[in-house]
Amino acid sequence: MIKTDVVIIGAGPTGLFCAHQLGIIGLTCEIVDNLDKAGGQCIELYPDKPIYDIPAIPECTGEELTNNLLKQIKPFNINFHLNQRVEELKKVNHRWHVKTNDNKEFDVASIVIAGGVGSFEPRKFSVKECEKFEGNSLFYSVKDKKIFKNKTISIFGGGDSALDWAIELSNTSKVNLIHRRDGFSGMEASVQKVKALSEQGKINLYTKYQMESVSGKNKIDAIKIKHDEGEVKEIKSDYVLGFFGLIMQLGPILDWGLNIDKKKVEVNTENFETNINGIFAIGDICSYPGKLKLILSGFHEGALAARGCFKYAKPDEKLRFEFTTTSKTAQERLGIKND
Amino acid sequence: MPKITYNTHDNKTHSIDVQNGLTVMEGAIQNDIPGIDADCGGGMSCATCHVYVNEEWLDKLPEKEDGEEDMLDMAFEPKKNSRLSCQLIVSDTLDGLVVNIPSKQG
Repeated sequence: MIKTDVVIIGAGPTGLFCAHQLGIIGLTCEIVDNLDKAGGQCIELYPDKPIYDIPAIPECTGEELTNNLLKQIKPFNINFHLNQRVEELKKVNHRWHVKTNDNKEFDVASIVIAGGVGSFEPRKFSVKECEKFEGNSLFYSVKDKKIFKNKTISIFGGGDSALDWAIELSNTSKVNLIHRRDGFSGMEASVQKVKALSEQGKINLYTKYQMESVSGKNKIDAIKIKHDEGEVKEIKSDYVLGFFGLIMQLGPILDWGLNIDKKKVEVNTENFETNINGIFAIGDICSYPGKLKLILSGFHEGALAARGCFKYAKPDEKLRFEFTTTSKTAQERLGIKND
Repeated sequence: MPKITYNTHDNKTHSIDVQNGLTVMEGAIQNDIPGIDADCGGGMSCATCHVYVNEEWLDKLPEKEDGEEDMLDMAFEPKKNSRLSCQLIVSDTLDGLVVNIPSKQG
């Protein structure tokens, strides 16, 4: 069990800046996120899109913002626990025990939920029978590409993941690429490559088709796809891959006894604490009168929540307000050497 | 004010007066119409405000940007008449628009 002052759920900009604010006031924290990297929606939804409303930064991309925040918290050597989501919270005496779905456990004084709109999960096929085959012959990500060798793979989607895997697997497998329209959202170079491979007969391209049904006993052996105009085709398939991007799901947060309204956690605006003592919520996931879903609001909320955490982590100490410009203690914590 | 009709998946009809300048998505959120999540808040980056537009309205709406079509690839059961309601800005010309909300958003 990892003992620290605070666990932050969510490594988006709000969670990252809250970690900075905790560090400045001398508290330690660890960050958990379900994605494989820090940055949250900024890195997952719009890494290359510009943001124009970060104070004093006229323009930056989601990726730049994330990298700058990571640089800003570097002095605090914060541990990230990625690819996992927090499943359970348990109050033990005056502290909390927090457990992830990867069986990591934390013993903390308080918890900051900076979970955005929930954790990112793959979007799934709408066809009901697909669930039955999920994990054995139908996947939403590729863990071991060797299983596809010499098999027939039907790939659905029009983005980079779908195109990249279609190209790569076409070397060793028979690939069907099925997409709902003629246009693709993936990189133009990949689109051209797929079209060339299709002309060479190495990829069977089906556009304006969508999944109609899957069939098979234990594993998939065929799928039916339906054209916009209604025509249905049956194609043999050993495996199905679906790449429809990610959707955000609130998940276990719903079960923690928090006051939740319209998928948002209610907080007070004094320190962004929820209805449960010691649990704070900041950023897109919190709601209060006047809430703006802006990154800058998340920064403010994180600064106040960090101070709210102080009384749980160090109940016998008093927190004094200081500026980083003049505070020796804060500068030492930031690793700045003064002569 | 233009009237927008939202048909929800449970066969209920909600006809709402929505202010000019708001999006069809915002009209739904502000009036607690179930079935539109709008997780990203209107940034054309989540596809959870997906609606099906009634046929007769299809060519009266502003054309889709590439980004909207790309996001619709990710939507739950996209069809030819699929739109992201965050991209439909309410104006007098949309008075009477009917949109149908899918059974789920993800």
